[in-house]
Amino acid sequence: MPTKIEKDTISGRETTGHEWDGIRELNTPLPKWWVYVFYATIVWAIGMFLLYPSIPFVHSYFHGLLGYSSRADAMAGVSEMNALHAKQMEQIGKLSFAEIQKNHDLMEVALTAGRITFADNCQPCHGPNGEGRIGFPALDTDVWRWGGTLEAIQQTITHGIRANDPETRNSQMPSFGADGILKPEQIQQVADYVMTLYGKAKPGVDVSAGAKIFAENCAMCHGDKGQGNRDVGAPPLASRVHLYGDSRETVVAQVTRPRHGVMPNWNKRLSPATIKAVTLYVHSLGGGE
Amino acid sequence: MSAAEITALPAARSAVVYNDAVVKKFVIASVFWAVVAFLVGVFIAAELAWPQLNFWPPYLNFGRIRPVHTSAAIFAFGGSALLGTSFHVVQRTCRARLFGGEALADFVFWGYQLFIVMAALSYVLGFSKSREYSEPEWHLILWLVIVWVAYLTIFVGTLVKREEPHIYVANWFYLSFILTIAMLVIVNNLAIPVSVFGAKSYSLFSGAQDALVQWWYGHNAVGFFLTAGFLGMMYYFIPKAANRPIYSYRLSIVHFWSLIFIYIWAGPHHLHWTALPDWTQTVGMAFSVMLWMPSWGGMINGLMTLSGAWDKLRTDPGLRFSVTAVGFYGMSTFEGPVMSVRTVNALSHYTDWGIGHVHSGSLGWVAFITFGAIYYLVPALWQRKGLYSTRLAAWHYWIATLGIVLYITSMWVAGIMEGLMWRAYDAQGFLQYSFIDSINAVHPLYVVRWLGGMFFLTGMLMMVYNLFMTVRSPSTATRPAEAIEIPAIVGVAGE
Repeated sequence: MPTKIEKDTISGRETTGHEWDGIRELNTPLPKWWVYVFYATIVWAIGMFLLYPSIPFVHSYFHGLLGYSSRADAMAGVSEMNALHAKQMEQIGKLSFAEIQKNHDLMEVALTAGRITFADNCQPCHGPNGEGRIGFPALDTDVWRWGGTLEAIQQTITHGIRANDPETRNSQMPSFGADGILKPEQIQQVADYVMTLYGKAKPGVDVSAGAKIFAENCAMCHGDKGQGNRDVGAPPLASRVHLYGDSRETVVAQVTRPRHGVMPNWNKRLSPATIKAVTLYVHSLGGGE
Repeated sequence: MSAAEITALPAARSAVVYNDAVVKKFVIASVFWAVVAFLVGVFIAAELAWPQLNFWPPYLNFGRIRPVHTSAAIFAFGGSALLGTSFHVVQRTCRARLFGGEALADFVFWGYQLFIVMAALSYVLGFSKSREYSEPEWHLILWLVIVWVAYLTIFVGTLVKREEPHIYVANWFYLSFILTIAMLVIVNNLAIPVSVFGAKSYSLFSGAQDALVQWWYGHNAVGFFLTAGFLGMMYYFIPKAANRPIYSYRLSIVHFWSLIFIYIWAGPHHLHWTALPDWTQTVGMAFSVMLWMPSWGGMINGLMTLSGAWDKLRTDPGLRFSVTAVGFYGMSTFEGPVMSVRTVNALSHYTDWGIGHVHSGSLGWVAFITFGAIYYLVPALWQRKGLYSTRLAAWHYWIATLGIVLYITSMWVAGIMEGLMWRAYDAQGFLQYSFIDSINAVHPLYVVRWLGGMFFLTGMLMMVYNLFMTVRSPSTATRPAEAIEIPAIVGVAGE
């Protein structure tokens, strides 16, 4: 119901005759290019509906003339890439470490597969180059809790540490302080002694009492000289590499109420061949035995 | 008859006294929340570039304050701007005072602000429904629904009692925004609370259906909150500031109906390459591409309305904001359909390209169109001669534009780099890069993004100062501004 149609001299168009708070509207027709492009997108959309899965039915759906599936599409890409190393990975899965190490081609594939698998799965805890961090063991040193041979590393990766796996590596250090096995002052004494094992003790401190406590309580796992025991996963104490740090407070805390880290068992997520590849990679980081 | 004659403001035809008080409150709230949203945005951008800034856990952790940023930007800053301008526009284009009286309008204002504050507090304290852009738990949503129904009542009531024969196009957009947001919020929040007094609730939907409902909501929050609502704003403030008639009435009708019909189907494009059935993904993709021209209809109408008044861009920084906003709107509504194509999405999904896209829309379109409206509104509402400083507003314009350019270009580069790195295979068929490699690679771009955010925030602080000084400048009102708003004082003022 136009009220007062006027002509706009700038555009030469008429208004619709409506006006709100001083705002009017021109009666310009739809831009042609706009209409045609709009139609073109509609035609394109109809084409997509015909070619690709599009219309749902009660128990199924129209699969489209191309029979396309995004899952099949994605998996085809994965298969294509897997095919490039399928033969070598099969070999890696079958052969022993010694045999793989003799084969240059296989080692190249194994280290490549190991590097990227490590980077996407292990790096968040163990660090970009396996240097570790507080609570997460370094993998680039010769200090190992459970052993640094290829077989030992493979076992650790496959079954994890304190993981939900029947063959997982398991160890538990007693809570000497929290369970009242040692008195607080005894823990202080043994800490002083432990610090002498890795050369950080302050000179002039009498550690004879600590040494006695160590011999009676700690040596059976950690060894009489603190050299560690891989059979029970007891870390060497006479070492510059420490899982939780080397300060006196850290030692006291660990003896009082030990922390026990967990590593997942990767056999549920990685294939045996991939685990072998990661093993070879970790072994090559600097600490392999 | 000359153009100047037909576009000249008509003399006041009736003595309708508008409720400007509530509009003023919303403008102040919008400006306040803009500062909060941009400040938190800059901080979380810094957290991404320098993760050690995640201090004071858990309250300032990225995971908790990221929704504070998004909610503050979309619902607090954008929402206050939409509610405020819709009240302003509906009154003036209907020539009717707001339906329901001051009390109802004030209830909507304070109720909405309460919702925002409670939502932000709940995120920081760790309560979240874990649905993007829909994080508040069920009791807050119930409160929001009450406020929203009051808002709808005021808006529709004002339309019903209008004195103009027709409903102006801006009001169609505002109404579609109010109605659709009500529907989206209610459906996406259908949930079963664990207990009456507990905050926790579980969604009524599960699995892929739940994801689809969430992104049907999420995409249409963009469509009806950030697009339709702000188009309503554009359809009033651009012709007002340019003092030119709307380019095409037909285009406004056709693009309005095509936009709201097509937008609602496009949500599944957020779930390409997921467990969502392929046929649903195709529907989302096809409708997203068809959405291109309906979206551009608004851009054409916005830009072409300027024909005959382009010279005003030199003198009116507010209009410059509005027009640039329309430009960014056109750019992101083209980028969106492109990204929704499944093959493009294979590259862009989960990367920072998405973040860049969203910010070219939210900074370029939503914030700029709002700045344009607020630079227009503040002198008008407070009855001042003009802005305290157009020069400062021009500085705001350039520094904010530079901020956006830094933001979106860095995110394009970062996003495409991430997409390419994540799909790169070496000659032996193994992934070439790990995830952390891509994070290291985009670090410099994260710093650039943070810098872009700093620019945008700086511009906003200039705006706050400019507006504050504008309000402090002498009034040009022939009678005290308050006297116009509150009839009770008219007598006291001795009119």
